[in-house]
Amino acid sequence: MEFAELIKTPRADNVVLHRPFHEAVEGTLCLTGHHLIFSSRRHDNAEELWLLHSNIDSCEKRFVGSLGTIVIKCKDLRIIQLDIPGMEECLNIASSIEVLSTLDSVTLLYPFFYRPMFEVLEDGWRSFLPDQEFELLSSVADEWRLSCVNKEFSVCASYPPVVIVPKCITDEELRKVAMFRHGSRFPVLSYYHKKNGMIMMRSSQPLTGTNGRRCKEDEKLINASLRPGKRGYIIDTRSLNVAQQARAKGGGFEQEVHYPQWRRIHKGIERFNILQESLIKLVEACNDQSHNMDRWLSKLEASNWLTHVKEILTTACLAAQCIDREGASVLVHGTEGTDSTLQVTSLAQIILDPRCRTIRGFESLVVREWLQAGHPFQQRCAQSAYSNSKQKWEAPVFLLFLDCVWQILRQFPCSFEFNEQFLIMLFEHAYASQFGTFLGNNESERAKLKLPQKTMSLWSWVNRKEELRKFQNPIYEANSLVIWPAVAPQSLQLWAGVFLRWNRPSQYLEEAQEEMVKIIQYNKELQDKVKVLRRHLAEMEAAERAQGHM
Amino acid sequence: VENVRLLDRLCSRKAVLGTLYLTATHVIFVENGSETRKETWVLHSQISSIEKQATSATGCPLLIRCKNFQVIQLVIPQERDCHDVYISLLRLARPVKYEELYCFSFNPKLDKEEREQGWKLVDLNEEYNRMGVPNNYWQICDVNRDYRVCDSYPTEVYVPKSATAHIIVGSSKFRSRRRFPALSYYSKNNNASICRSSQPLSGFSARCLEDEQMLQAIRKANPGSDFIYVVDTRPKLNAMANRAAGKGYENEDNYSNIKFQFIGIENIHVMRNSLQKMLEVCELKSPSMSDFLWGLENSGWLKHIKAIMDAGIFIAKAVAEEGVSVLVHCSDGWDRTAQVCSVASLLLDPYYRTMKGFMVLIEKDWVSFGHKFNHRYGNLDGDPKEISPVIDQFIECVWQLMEQFPCAFEFNERFLIHIQHHIYSCQFGNFLCNSQKERRELKIQERTYSLWAHLWKNRADYLNPLYRSDHSQNQGTLHPQIAPCNFLYKFWSGMYNRFEKGLHPRQSVTDYLMAVKEETQQLEEELEVLGERLANLQKSQLCDDKVESKQQDESKQLRLFTSNNSLANTPQEYSNDLKSFPSRSPSQGDEEDSALILTQDNLKSSDPDLSANSDQESGVEDLSCRSPSGGGCLPSEDSGKDSDEAVFLAG
Repeated sequence: MEFAELIKTPRADNVVLHRPFHEAVEGTLCLTGHHLIFSSRRHDNAEELWLLHSNIDSCEKRFVGSLGTIVIKCKDLRIIQLDIPGMEECLNIASSIEVLSTLDSVTLLYPFFYRPMFEVLEDGWRSFLPDQEFELLSSVADEWRLSCVNKEFSVCASYPPVVIVPKCITDEELRKVAMFRHGSRFPVLSYYHKKNGMIMMRSSQPLTGTNGRRCKEDEKLINASLRPGKRGYIIDTRSLNVAQQARAKGGGFEQEVHYPQWRRIHKGIERFNILQESLIKLVEACNDQSHNMDRWLSKLEASNWLTHVKEILTTACLAAQCIDREGASVLVHGTEGTDSTLQVTSLAQIILDPRCRTIRGFESLVVREWLQAGHPFQQRCAQSAYSNSKQKWEAPVFLLFLDCVWQILRQFPCSFEFNEQFLIMLFEHAYASQFGTFLGNNESERAKLKLPQKTMSLWSWVNRKEELRKFQNPIYEANSLVIWPAVAPQSLQLWAGVFLRWNRPSQYLEEAQEEMVKIIQYNKELQDKVKVLRRHLAEMEAAERAQGHM
Repeated sequence: VENVRLLDRLCSRKAVLGTLYLTATHVIFVENGSETRKETWVLHSQISSIEKQATSATGCPLLIRCKNFQVIQLVIPQERDCHDVYISLLRLARPVKYEELYCFSFNPKLDKEEREQGWKLVDLNEEYNRMGVPNNYWQICDVNRDYRVCDSYPTEVYVPKSATAHIIVGSSKFRSRRRFPALSYYSKNNNASICRSSQPLSGFSARCLEDEQMLQAIRKANPGSDFIYVVDTRPKLNAMANRAAGKGYENEDNYSNIKFQFIGIENIHVMRNSLQKMLEVCELKSPSMSDFLWGLENSGWLKHIKAIMDAGIFIAKAVAEEGVSVLVHCSDGWDRTAQVCSVASLLLDPYYRTMKGFMVLIEKDWVSFGHKFNHRYGNLDGDPKEISPVIDQFIECVWQLMEQFPCAFEFNERFLIHIQHHIYSCQFGNFLCNSQKERRELKIQERTYSLWAHLWKNRADYLNPLYRSDHSQNQGTLHPQIAPCNFLYKFWSGMYNRFEKGLHPRQSVTDYLMAVKEETQQLEEELEVLGERLANLQKSQLCDDKVESKQQDESKQLRLFTSNNSLANTPQEYSNDLKSFPSRSPSQGDEEDSALILTQDNLKSSDPDLSANSDQESGVEDLSCRSPSGGGCLPSEDSGKDSDEAVFLAG
């Protein structure tokens, strides 16, 4: 297919762009296969706006006389308005945008066409490989092995080809366990807590059904993950009620009779459409421009967004507490084990493991616990808060995770190597990107699409010095301890950096950031200077002493 | 009283045993056992209510609520003791004479001269001069000498030059409590001004020529504008109701060239109830997100804060952008008017956003113009209907602005919290009484100390590290976003949940940056020293003080911010039940599992840091209440460490 066929009006002049907190600008609008480009011609303040079509969530058009107006709502929650003279041009442009922003085929997306303008120093596709992770693990614990049972994705389509499992479980047994677990997602190692040797595993629900099916191998695997005499907790991310209902559909939960060393805890984390509706309501409330807005808090409450944040964080804290404080191991699962499960396991690691609070460590976490673990990004992030088409699979699961990370970051502003911008950047790229990292629903699909060969990895770009600078937290001080966030309603806030990003003036907050950077930089400069002078002085004094001795 | 248990508000299971002492000025709880013998001190004047609850098997519970939002729950083993404590506290918390207040016994060991210097720190004459008055349009008038015209006004007020004594006195007779229009803020740049007064006694049709002339005079004092705004900060309905009582508001037809405007800020009773409702939400044991947000919305608190801010923004805009003078009033002109004038001044003039300027602002708009501190904050036993968090709301407005303009204020959140604390503490004389007249009669300045001097002495603690006086935000008027922007108004947990440290961020950007800045300063000094020594060394190769310099070097090792790290790591446990791994027989149903499901109560339960005191063991240092300079009396629970002690021992 040729993009040119879809673009009847590739260019329109005298278009006026309206954005909140900016003056309206006149300029030229261009459509390309993947971008909407607006460039203003004002000499004093020439600027260009590049918008990926895949970032467009909805596009509305209306007319006043022959002046057409297109309102574009983006997945990153920004809203812009374009006034286009000429009805035909406007119609053409609107229909092009509609088609181009909803292309069916993944391979038509921009990452397959994008050619980087920077020198690739490190291939991000190879930055975080399971082998490296295992190497780290095997240096401290020898009860685990890398299994290639899922080579060619033959056992579980949503798992990576290599996974870490207890040493004493054979591949044959793993295959049997896979048959007992939803979507074949058998329990695998997610995290090893060096401090006390406790571990966190994740899986999907067991297929016990109504008649309480059992699986000896499953029981063996789960018990094998415990050290002798130790106990564990199974954290089911569904409420007991929901879990019981799941039995009717063939799912279910572990009967404690059959897993005597384990205790089960149920937590109710919401799923799919409930989350998506929350997001839609929240964004609606944030964008409410009516002057009579004294019901803001009610609207915030009605969206339930912060309730989800609180619930997810609490569950993650509980998992971390079991591991660090109770000295117990943990198995986390919900239904499929691809959404709430990953929220919990990844947040628990941020709480427990200082490495996950570094930039590279966090990237590695996203790769391990989200991309390789088979969170279906393509389904979940297909649409954002503005889309009219209600598909069943969309859900802001990853955004909620990032929100929770931001909450912890806000409470521990010195303990993270990255800043809020880093999280916002990940949110943007999960929904629309020039990079292939978040395409596909799992490793198997990514392999089929040959993403590592055909597209650029987000990490190749981010991990360059020039880019990293933007994402570094100036006041980071490595903190080797476990950090326990507060989860009371008073302690959680709306993530203004994402949800109010386009609705509030940002200039003053940016200035504060700059000032902070300046303070730290100046301090560092002085430290360096002092060091140099001291050395210099010491040398001179030494020389003098030597002279004195002569 | 011995064997008293201090309960953790968020978790009834966690309690510490200790001894309760009542002194003339404080309630003191000293923990038993632990080496540190942690102490909790509460000033009697901070107590807002005491509640004796039903006796249970463990003893008799006593709930003390404080005006600085601390809540203390005690269980006293003997009912009789509890009753005695209750009765004593009821009496102690409600003094009837000013002389009983703490400031008259508080002695920070300063000599007379230092005390006098302290009171001179904030000088309103200087402030009016700074604004640019007296000048061609404004003069000081002495009609109120000896409080002859208005006993709640200061003796010295600025009025338009063209307003004769006759006009002023005439106007004062037409205003509630004779609070005639007087200058609050003057803008040098464009001659626009903010004046304040009380409501006119207009009833349904009354007029007063002098009052009309007075407003004319205000307009004429700003030659650049042909009208003035008259802002009535009350809701229109309230103002209209006042007419029936012979009061009311200005009729545009009677006054030439005024534009009249209502800005609906609710009255003190509504505000008192609103705060009450919000505090109930804050006190909820483990609320859900919905409980909290609903409660917050229903309290209306943030809506009221926004109303005050909007009024301030309107006035600031009129003065700065339109160059139009504004006359502000409410009913008596000492509550809402004070709020609104000070918010507007704060927006208009960067000076008020400095530490010193902020003190001046409170002194000018609140203290000198007769804000009824004693009545509003219940310092002496009085009518509970007079109590209302008027200045608390202003302080919160400042905090909301600080959140929106992080570089615009020289001071930090702690400064605001400490001021709020001392408005209620009665430890310093600044906020005693209801008017300047009363304070003079009591000879406050001779008998008590000034808070401003105390804060100024410890100013290093109150600095905002992000503030730079040459910053763009600090050059002129602040322009906060106007409606719709409710989402910019946030719940201030640092104030209203101030004593529940477990709810707050565990690391403070402000403290971190302050430490960095302090280090930077040390580095600068060292750099200078090193530079000099290097120069000396180069000059004369013969230098005898090698040994000495070497030592100096070592003592000046670069400090690393290890203390900040420890801040981060208070373990907060999310469930207590997990500790016991209850054995259960397989026959039990699955429902049994729910015993393990976290109840929300448990979430916050075992946080060791929830008690008001700093907890060394958990590594969390109570930085907010610790002054590196080590001086003075700190307005918080740990004030036992410093000069308060002297009084305690004496008492």
